[in-house]
Amino acid sequence: MIVTIIRKELKMLFASPLAWLLFALIQLMLTWILLGRLDAFLEIQSQLLQIANPPGVTELIILPVFAMAGLVLLMVTPLLSMRLLAEERRNHTLPLLISAPISITDIVIGKFFGLMAFFLMIVAMIIVLCMSLLLGGKLDFGLIISNVIGLLLLTACFTALGLYISSLTVQPAVAAIVTLGGLLGLWLIDLAADGGNQWLQDISLLRHFERFNQGLIDTLSIIYFILFTATFLILTIRRLDGERLQG
Amino acid sequence: MTIVTTLLVRDLSRNYGSFTAVHNINLELKRGEVLGLLGPNGAGKTTTMRMLTGNLAPSTGSIQVCGIDLLTKPLEAKTHLGFLPEIPPLYQDMTVDEFLLFTAKLHHIKKRDIQTKLNEVIKRCGLSERRRNLISTLSKGFQQRVGIAQAIIHNPDVIILDEPTVGLDPNQIREIRKLIRELGNSNSVILSTHILSEVVNICDRVQIIHKGGVVFDETLAALKQQGASLEMIFTQLTQ
Repeated sequence: MIVTIIRKELKMLFASPLAWLLFALIQLMLTWILLGRLDAFLEIQSQLLQIANPPGVTELIILPVFAMAGLVLLMVTPLLSMRLLAEERRNHTLPLLISAPISITDIVIGKFFGLMAFFLMIVAMIIVLCMSLLLGGKLDFGLIISNVIGLLLLTACFTALGLYISSLTVQPAVAAIVTLGGLLGLWLIDLAADGGNQWLQDISLLRHFERFNQGLIDTLSIIYFILFTATFLILTIRRLDGERLQG
Repeated sequence: MTIVTTLLVRDLSRNYGSFTAVHNINLELKRGEVLGLLGPNGAGKTTTMRMLTGNLAPSTGSIQVCGIDLLTKPLEAKTHLGFLPEIPPLYQDMTVDEFLLFTAKLHHIKKRDIQTKLNEVIKRCGLSERRRNLISTLSKGFQQRVGIAQAIIHNPDVIILDEPTVGLDPNQIREIRKLIRELGNSNSVILSTHILSEVVNICDRVQIIHKGGVVFDETLAALKQQGASLEMIFTQLTQ
């Protein structure tokens, strides 16, 4: 049942030019960064050889690409998540799903994984991009895997928050702006945390992602990401259910 | 097919804060019956229908669809329900085929039956020529037919139609009424409307709802026998 919803979401996503456009733009931007870093790497390569334990291709080229990908996906998620529920509501299609023999939980989970499937494709493209460096050297696959896990968990958080905010409003544009604001806030809270506020650091999405970016798969960060995602998914389910009760 | 009563509603009420939209409504629907819900605007018809289809939780009362309680076993009960809301719930970016395929899957139709069911419903609703058209390009009449198609694709025992003929031209109205009459022979149908002639033409029984309560409940055959005019009754009861 969830699969039906996932397939429908993907179909709707790729029926609009927006998804294709974003797909291409993200790829273009990340390739640009990869090439830029590659250029810089080639320039300093001879100097690196003189260092005892020099950073490799993965650290110098791929890590910045993933760090940038996190930021790019933060910008892109609101554009894609805004329509998930707000548009259903605006087009009066929600009764179709609710009258069907499918639970609200399945609807929400289906929508979540529908968008995650899209991000999975983007991450797959990033991996392919990084693999192109195999032509000229060796890569640290452990570090790449840590980054991929981090990026996927991070987008899961973005998507869950976007989905929840989309369930609050009828206007997709409002959902997009509020989501972007919320995500940026959670991202930038890290700046405020520099003063030494431990709890601010603990809730900053960026801080947790940075650990993965450096190749540190931290259980605490995994738990944080999963809790964050689950919280907003549950809030979405409760919100839709509450509409039926109070509406 | 042994169950005769397909829908049983007891003492259904719904409050919005201190406002009572629907008050103690009782309904009973048998297989092969078309029930017309008649009422002025804001009488509570749409609220009632939303409760019957699980879109709105009632404040009190019980709803049984084919003997299954809608409130305690919603998923099971909903397999017996088909619903066309006032505004047809259509995905404008899908083609008619894609949309109906999606609704068929939503209603757990078995994979090997899907194509047959799809062809059947498309033929029944007169959509054969528009199968590959995007829903957004269809006229209001055709969109309404797609809306009806999604409500009947899984051959539900109870079909609930909220103002199915609104905004259609006279020819389309006639066709849709014919379709509803056909559906009413094998399944049971509830339709809401404020067009009196529609009720006279296609319904077996009529209930008039006014200010959230049922004020009149009679079969059309009995009305005919008494020689009473539905219009007179309606005006008397709702003014």
